[in-house]
Amino acid sequence: MPRRTDITSVLVIGSGPIVIGQAAEFDYSGTQACRVLREEGMRVILVNSNPATIMTDPEFADATYVEPITPDVIESIIAKERPDALLPTLGGQTALNAAIAMDERGVLERYGVELIGANIEAINLAEDREQFKGVVERCGAESARSAICHSMEDCLGAVEELGYPVVVRPSFTMGGLGSGIAFDEAELRQIAGAGLHYSPTTEVLLEESILGWKEYELELMRDKADNVVVVCSIENVDPVGVHTGDSITVAPALTLTDREYQKLRDVGIAVIREVGVDTGGCNIQFAIHPETGRVVVIEMNPRVSRSSALASKATGFPIAKIAARLAIGYTLDEIPNDITGSTPASFEPTLDYVVVKVPRFAFEKFPAADARLTTTMKSVGEAMALGRNFTEALQKALRSLDTASSSFHWRGKAPDAETTAALLESIRTPTEHRLLDLQQAIRGGARLEEIFEATAIDPWFLDQLFLLQEVADRLQQAPTLDVETLRVAKRHGFSDVQIGEIRGVGEQTVLEMRHAYGLRPVFKTVDTCAAEFEARTPYHYSSYDSETEVQPRDRPAVLILGSGPNRIGQGIEFDYSCVHATLALREQYETVMVNCNPETVSTDYDTADRLYFEPLTFEDVYEVYRAELAVGPVAGVIVQLGGQTPLSLADRLASAGVPIWGTPPEAIDAAEDRGLFGQVLMSAGLPAPAFGTAISLPQAREVAERVGYPVLVRPSYVLGGRGMEIVYDDAQLVDYISRASGLPAGDEGVHAVLPAPVLVDRFLDQAIEIDVDALYDGEELFLGGVMEHIEEAGIHSGDSACVLPPVTISDAMVARIRASTEAIAAGVGVRGLINIQYALSSDVLYVLEANPRASRTVPFVSKATGVPLAKAAALLMSGMSIADLRAAGHLPEADASTSDPAAPIAVKEAVLPFKRFRTPAGSVVDTVLGPEMRSTGEVMGYDVDFPLAFAKSQAAAFGGLPSSGTVFVSVADRDKRSVILPTARLVELGFRIIATAGTASVLRRNGIQADEVRKGYEGRGPNGEPTVVDLINAGEIDMVINTPGSKGARADGYDIRAAVTAADRAIVTTMQQFSAAVQAIEAVRRGPFDVISLQEHDRARDSRQTELAGVEA
Amino acid sequence: MTTTAPETALVVLEDGYVLRGRAYGARGATVGEIVFSTGMTGYQETLTDPSYHRQIVVMTAPHIGNTGVNDEDPESRQIWVAGYVVRDPARRASSWRSTRELEDELAEQGVVGICDVDTRALTKRLRDRGAMRAGIFSGDALPTLPGEHGEAELLEKVRSAPSMVGADLAREVTTASAYVVPPAGPFEGKAPIATVAAVDLGIKAMTPQRLAERGVEVHVLPSTSTIEDVLAVEPDGVFFSNGPGDPEASVHEVALLREVLDRKIPYFGICFGNQILGRALGLGTYKLTFGHRGINQPVKDLLTGKVEITSQNHGFAVDAPIGDPVTAPFDGGRYGRVVVSHVGLNDDVVEGLRCLDIPAFSVQYHPEAAAGPHDAAYLFDRFVDLISGKSTS
Repeated sequence: MPRRTDITSVLVIGSGPIVIGQAAEFDYSGTQACRVLREEGMRVILVNSNPATIMTDPEFADATYVEPITPDVIESIIAKERPDALLPTLGGQTALNAAIAMDERGVLERYGVELIGANIEAINLAEDREQFKGVVERCGAESARSAICHSMEDCLGAVEELGYPVVVRPSFTMGGLGSGIAFDEAELRQIAGAGLHYSPTTEVLLEESILGWKEYELELMRDKADNVVVVCSIENVDPVGVHTGDSITVAPALTLTDREYQKLRDVGIAVIREVGVDTGGCNIQFAIHPETGRVVVIEMNPRVSRSSALASKATGFPIAKIAARLAIGYTLDEIPNDITGSTPASFEPTLDYVVVKVPRFAFEKFPAADARLTTTMKSVGEAMALGRNFTEALQKALRSLDTASSSFHWRGKAPDAETTAALLESIRTPTEHRLLDLQQAIRGGARLEEIFEATAIDPWFLDQLFLLQEVADRLQQAPTLDVETLRVAKRHGFSDVQIGEIRGVGEQTVLEMRHAYGLRPVFKTVDTCAAEFEARTPYHYSSYDSETEVQPRDRPAVLILGSGPNRIGQGIEFDYSCVHATLALREQYETVMVNCNPETVSTDYDTADRLYFEPLTFEDVYEVYRAELAVGPVAGVIVQLGGQTPLSLADRLASAGVPIWGTPPEAIDAAEDRGLFGQVLMSAGLPAPAFGTAISLPQAREVAERVGYPVLVRPSYVLGGRGMEIVYDDAQLVDYISRASGLPAGDEGVHAVLPAPVLVDRFLDQAIEIDVDALYDGEELFLGGVMEHIEEAGIHSGDSACVLPPVTISDAMVARIRASTEAIAAGVGVRGLINIQYALSSDVLYVLEANPRASRTVPFVSKATGVPLAKAAALLMSGMSIADLRAAGHLPEADASTSDPAAPIAVKEAVLPFKRFRTPAGSVVDTVLGPEMRSTGEVMGYDVDFPLAFAKSQAAAFGGLPSSGTVFVSVADRDKRSVILPTARLVELGFRIIATAGTASVLRRNGIQADEVRKGYEGRGPNGEPTVVDLINAGEIDMVINTPGSKGARADGYDIRAAVTAADRAIVTTMQQFSAAVQAIEAVRRGPFDVISLQEHDRARDSRQTELAGVEA
Repeated sequence: MTTTAPETALVVLEDGYVLRGRAYGARGATVGEIVFSTGMTGYQETLTDPSYHRQIVVMTAPHIGNTGVNDEDPESRQIWVAGYVVRDPARRASSWRSTRELEDELAEQGVVGICDVDTRALTKRLRDRGAMRAGIFSGDALPTLPGEHGEAELLEKVRSAPSMVGADLAREVTTASAYVVPPAGPFEGKAPIATVAAVDLGIKAMTPQRLAERGVEVHVLPSTSTIEDVLAVEPDGVFFSNGPGDPEASVHEVALLREVLDRKIPYFGICFGNQILGRALGLGTYKLTFGHRGINQPVKDLLTGKVEITSQNHGFAVDAPIGDPVTAPFDGGRYGRVVVSHVGLNDDVVEGLRCLDIPAFSVQYHPEAAAGPHDAAYLFDRFVDLISGKSTS
């Protein structure tokens, strides 16, 4: 049964911005799907609002719509493109929900579009909890005992049957949003209340607690001929109670006998059949009682999921690619297994290695958030590692997390009895630190039975951690570091750093001894079949074993270092740049990708010529380099495209003799070291805000007084603005320094020396911030894009909306920006990409910082300008010049310094995860933006003018601005003057304005009718008059304008913002946003958005350029 | 424990390849044909599968022994493998059904093993060069001479071991006396719906169990049984099981099966029973380079076009043309036409035969699973249907 011939065009829906629970994995799956469909000769139409994705590169689809994923927009696209089919199973819950909406609106029927990959009936059977329970029952399996509730009364009634603790799961939300475990009635009211709100069907499921049971997942695929295969089994090391996305997981399942495994397989197959997923994949979760073996089916996702991406990388079986082929009519036995080339996809991969996935969290960004891990996913990324045993894979995975305290350690003294007892108590609660605390408890002498009692983690896994302790003991006690001791340690995944710590020597010493002993990792291959058949794809992982499988090659290799796990500040944008480098260089070089993030396109085995799934540490990268050098020439290593993680390795790699491509390590230092960078600016005559460095409070005070308040304070080495704050006066400064010193304010310690220096910069209040991405080849600069931030300076550039081309900056200023950028690129010594942030204040262009690497905005700029910056950067690093690139057609003649008056406007808007993070008391964490980056993803709004583009960006980011209704306005004193005009315009548009007393009187005096409302802290009035928070909770306010006071967020502002975020309404926290929002509201009121594909934009730009060239000629 | 001084063991292949590791299970020496198995679960079933008699099994899954040993999962009365090669044996079993540690069980049953070796390197070698003879040596069996001289001594022992080609091994593993497996499961305590004579060439416990669950009373008979022994149980059907060795050497079994076919008694064979049917029909059998051993093998049922994921363990296969039915060559077509009913999708090996003119069929793989997926359990229903006259082969 070959593919269907009645389908020639397919609409693929992406997953939109990166959010917690829906991340880069859907770029990976969507990209695979688009590739496959185009290979099959289909016309592919894609909609995805996320510009940082590979899938939205114009070459991956025939028509790419970077537009909001809203029902209206999708309908417009369908009306315009008239696809034969809609494929919704590769874009996460967003795409599935969009498909359901299309079906409910009758759009699919009206335009004759067939849903492929899943049908509505199957989606509902799988996603509706009550219906799914029926499915499980019909399959002869069990669900947890449960009750469906539509109100709090239902919940309280049901819990009398089920008892506490009880699990709360809202229907139709993604990533477990709003779910949790309630141990008493107060918690039930809080969690179920929120869950009822988040569920689009106001429905939650309460179920018996299966906390502490063993948790498993199966990934299944089924074709239209009813062939079913189980691609992968995954076991959670953390037992039930922690969301699988937040759990440490391992593949394959390691603690099941064949009988138990086959029982899960039988149930899984019965369920996929009963639900009716007939051309695609699904994921089913199970719980097993650790003492009785009772099996409970937890849930099913009738689509490609985060676990599918993990399973694909873990096994080499490309689930998304095969799902796309099944959707267009192939059967599993007709699809070849890419890896062997000789066997079909209708088989079940078998592994001869162990895969461990560990989550990456970002609690440090949300200090107020409850750090307990629950059934609501909170992690922002993940790292995966492979090893020939569990200990090796686990230790590699932990060091892949790239945080200071992610690895097991044996530093300092072993915990004493008291500390160990405290650790045993703390590991009862799952947190991101639990595994490390557990390891320290073992180090302190805790017994396995005690740890099992506290955590319910399977004893087999615990025993493996005891094994690590035994190896560490042997390392410590060995009179000399003999070869056998070292070999055993390496076989269990100990890094040179860990061994050095235990032995009291440096990492370099361990490395040298190891090399002297000839102890090096070998590289094995992920081949789907445990070596039964020969593999054609060089997808490797390191292990300390006997035989290496790296094949000789003739072409010179280029190693591209990826960016590791997604985190706030370093996400999918960097993966985009790395993937582009492979695309640009594959013609001339053997491209070799090194990365450890299973969610990404870069770790797809057919992105680069060779893939090494390895941690991005010096040791691991250096061994990959040595292994590749042993089989052929290595031209260089690219460190500047994967963000700060690979960039920070440049120095050590270069010292070890590794050729670094592009900007040399000395130049990287020149940009990162404040002193050196100051010299660069001085010799170029460029101003920077006055600054100083302090290592104590008196020093900090001295600097602050010299440069003048407000000041921006931060630790000297930061990523994503971590620990950065705007300080307005001495009291705040004392507070900051005392927190930095780790001691309470007023303590002696405030006068002590800080653990690390802090930087104190003059903060430019009311400045316009400008971001620039540029290429430099040593002689010539190519200005890629100039982005004007919509929020004022002081809000982290990653969280700020920005617009390209700039809308309020003159051509003359752009010319100055170009000149300054060129001077800095030359002064630093850049070869490749550079990103510079400027602040424009009173017509002075200040330089804030420069990063000699790809930035977060590279993909956005590339999509908005049609210029492939990352590809160009890779080619520059290979030795080509900008002139060469122009001649070869990789770069256009004109760069961003030539203004194109007809250019459309692109707005990038950040998407923030506040809804995910709640304080231990259950309210949403504060949503005020600041110098610390907290967004997880971004969207792009693209249209002919700024108001339309901004309106689209808002629709894409959170559902959009209201076009009528009630607006609450409450602004800080400094904003009272500028609030008048936009508010007046809202009144003209028919909005009702309500305001707190101060703002209301300012508005009234300016002739704007505003109703007064009580502040939250005033409480309700004598006659029950509601406060503003009451009104927001009641859903009576459609948009909130609330700028925080200049001295930090006051409690009232916080309550307002938290309520708005929880109620999912628009919130504006700066005046610049307010003006933009008013313009956008006007645009929205003019009618539905026009949809324009990137390809159409590109054609229009080309013809403008041709015209321009004609005029000049 | 890994951290104490390792006790050396060596695995030596007939072609001179030697890997050094740690002793595992019993200490001593063992020789046999070395093969690899790719199942990630089911080591206990594998170890007790009589088809592995005289074979040293390399497990490609690195962690073995995690769920310990229980009394429910063995497929026969003892461990049959001649030797066991694993990478990372469990230090502690974890399963609510486990009653003891795997390593203790191996030691108790005298199974010499080796761990801590590069099992993947070994597997690749067997894939490329084919299954061959090998030995595992530890404890007192380690060579007296150091280095190459010592290894040469061991290699000599390996090369003098008997080859699998031409080995008639069924009688070494078969039951000493006949026994009955009564109807079970929903049919427990009920009158049997049929009687099957199951000739034990190395039968796995799950096979009669699967028939018993369908209401059949199974009489398991020794491989040395005569046609009179078979007829004595008044069978409605006859079954030949899996088992070790070269089908070409199974002269007695082939002759016995022809007696059954001549009487048009419904026949079903699994694995060795498939090869015996092939030979009874006059088809050839041959040795595969490295065999099929795992629980992830895709097989297509050519009748329905459906793919099943199967459990397999075979080093020999039937040589028959895939496609249209052919006349079975034996005795000028005495048994009429035969067709290849199932084919392995990885390498197009014959995985099933169906006779069109007599009531007989067989598969090369293991529908009883244990270990392995249950996709092919329908074949037992087919056999029951054939016996009860609901279908004609």
